[in-house]
Amino acid sequence: MNYRIMLSIKNLQAKIGEKQILNGIDLKVNAGEVHAIMGPNGSGKSTLASVLVGREEYEVSGGEVDFLGKDLLELSPEDRAREGIFMAFQYPVEIPGVSTINFMKTALNQIREYRGQQALDAVSFLQLMKEKMKLVEIDQSLLNRSLNEGFSGGEKKRNEIFQMAMLEPKLAILDETDSGLDIDALRIVANGVNKLRNKNNATIVVTHYQRLLDYIVPDYVHVLYKGKIVKSGTKELALELEAKGYDWIKSEVTVA
Amino acid sequence: MSTSIARDLTTEIIEAQPTFNVGTELRNEAWTQFKDLGLPGTKHEEYRFTPVTRHLEKNFNLSKSNSDSNLSSVADYLIPDLDANVVVLVNGRFNSLLSKVVSLESEITITTLSEALLNNTVARAHFNKYVNNESDAFAAWNSAAWQEGVFIHVPENTSVNKPVFILQLNDASSEQVVTQTRILGVLEKGATVSVIEKSDSIGNEVVFHNFAEEWVVKEEAHLEYCKIQNDAGKICQVSNSVIHQTTSSKLNTFTLTLNGQLIRNNLHILIDGENCESHFYGLYLLNGNTLADNHTVVDHKKPNSFSNEMYKGVMDGNSKGVFNGKIFVRPHAQKTNAFQSNRNIIISDNATVNTKPQLEIWADDVKCSHGCTSGQLDEEALFYLRSRGISETNAKAMLLYAFAAEVLQPIQNETLKSYLDHLIADRLQKNF
Repeated sequence: MNYRIMLSIKNLQAKIGEKQILNGIDLKVNAGEVHAIMGPNGSGKSTLASVLVGREEYEVSGGEVDFLGKDLLELSPEDRAREGIFMAFQYPVEIPGVSTINFMKTALNQIREYRGQQALDAVSFLQLMKEKMKLVEIDQSLLNRSLNEGFSGGEKKRNEIFQMAMLEPKLAILDETDSGLDIDALRIVANGVNKLRNKNNATIVVTHYQRLLDYIVPDYVHVLYKGKIVKSGTKELALELEAKGYDWIKSEVTVA
Repeated sequence: MSTSIARDLTTEIIEAQPTFNVGTELRNEAWTQFKDLGLPGTKHEEYRFTPVTRHLEKNFNLSKSNSDSNLSSVADYLIPDLDANVVVLVNGRFNSLLSKVVSLESEITITTLSEALLNNTVARAHFNKYVNNESDAFAAWNSAAWQEGVFIHVPENTSVNKPVFILQLNDASSEQVVTQTRILGVLEKGATVSVIEKSDSIGNEVVFHNFAEEWVVKEEAHLEYCKIQNDAGKICQVSNSVIHQTTSSKLNTFTLTLNGQLIRNNLHILIDGENCESHFYGLYLLNGNTLADNHTVVDHKKPNSFSNEMYKGVMDGNSKGVFNGKIFVRPHAQKTNAFQSNRNIIISDNATVNTKPQLEIWADDVKCSHGCTSGQLDEEALFYLRSRGISETNAKAMLLYAFAAEVLQPIQNETLKSYLDHLIADRLQKNF
């Protein structure tokens, strides 16, 4: 089998309640690539990310998603994570009473168990953690605390990237990771993501603005509008959108 | 008055009353109060969700006395590695062979209540002064018919270095057991002691345990109190606990309820002094058909004191949780700080919870707050954990454990804390 193709989405349709949101998405992501999904508010960007990670409130009403030879839509959220999918949340949840460290240890070891690997002992786990902390410039005191509780917006996003570094996903989906970040936090988060990129993994960056793409440079840019990809191109497309706004796309679609 | 029921249980109990050698006068008074009150029917406001009377009607012969138990070891019921004074009551009687007092006599007096009432002036001065005989029929019944009890006395400015572990066992391996037991504890000025009370039953027959206790916490004294209700037998238990605090005293109580058929705890804290501090915490993690009802009262009678109540519950299976928290702030109790919170998570379609805060505040310069919530597990948090590769079962357990374990924070004794922590983790299947 050719595993250069990592993710293959064909004619994906999804709705929430009675409301149809995705109207037939086609997308192929190869190992080593970065794809940006852009589009105006309400175009279905976050829905696409949510469907890929298995949020139960969305109902897939048609199409298929293949991830490294597996039918992704058949898998539970935890099994998707264990197969190598990771989403950095737009709004990371605060969970009082659960420390990031304990949470990561449980997650990592359950993923390892799924893959038939031995659980990491305490020493190796701490070593790994120290290494990844440095990578995303996050402080240990933050990780000893309850998960995201009382964290600033920037700290929460950095914690997402820390978790991503720990779990080393094959496919990372960044859902509006730039929202609520100042320029310094944005740079730190983007640096973390860039350091984690290699030829064996892929990244999907979901964003409204071009700004994040100055730091995480995409190979491909897709514009989502009314639940469909209406335009694909290279990173220059993002600059064009920045200059002309989304109305340009909207009118183009309407004319067509 | 009792509501009309098929069987007049109140009369039955009074007619079958045994004779006692100790405290006859007080007992007679209590019988009268019991008769006047009558056992509470389901229309009784305070027992509306908790049908103790009906349960007694259906399952017990109340004119029968308990048989003797030949229990020879309590090892299975102790808290592992806890270095403590151990007081054991079996079927309502003190068992000297199974008990062991290790603290010095100069630090603490631990005797049976019947002995103390004969010759201890402190015991005689405080016994039956605080318990709610005039308002709760079970308290009155206990005051009339208590079989045995424990008296604890800590002298002035003395800190007891080992906790007191009171183990109440009901041996129902051959037939029903009905016990009426009682504790009186007096902490003199500046005294400190930690008490753990645990009850268990043995065997498969029904048990009714009507328990009452009075604690007197004098000036600058400090009481740590932990109640563990993890009885896997067919127990119905009613506890009437009254704690009386005076100036600058400190109180920490923790009530853990995991098992039992029908559990009713009346915890009544009287803050009768200034600058007192009271923390009362509770956790009920219920499954099966267990019904656990915590009725708490904190009564601020004097100014400048602080009380903080936090009860949490997780209901699974067909279980029922009941919480009722009353806060009274009397007219003179200015500058009172009183906080209450009751949070519940229901994890099964057949489980229920009834929660009711009742605040009655007559003073105008106070800070009081309360909050009650009941709901399901946070779906967003659950999804977040699962999206990182954690199984749904483990993710639920993780969230429930985090929710529950918060109430363990104030517990000082590390051995006790880790024991309770294990009980909680086991119940919530936190197997990772």
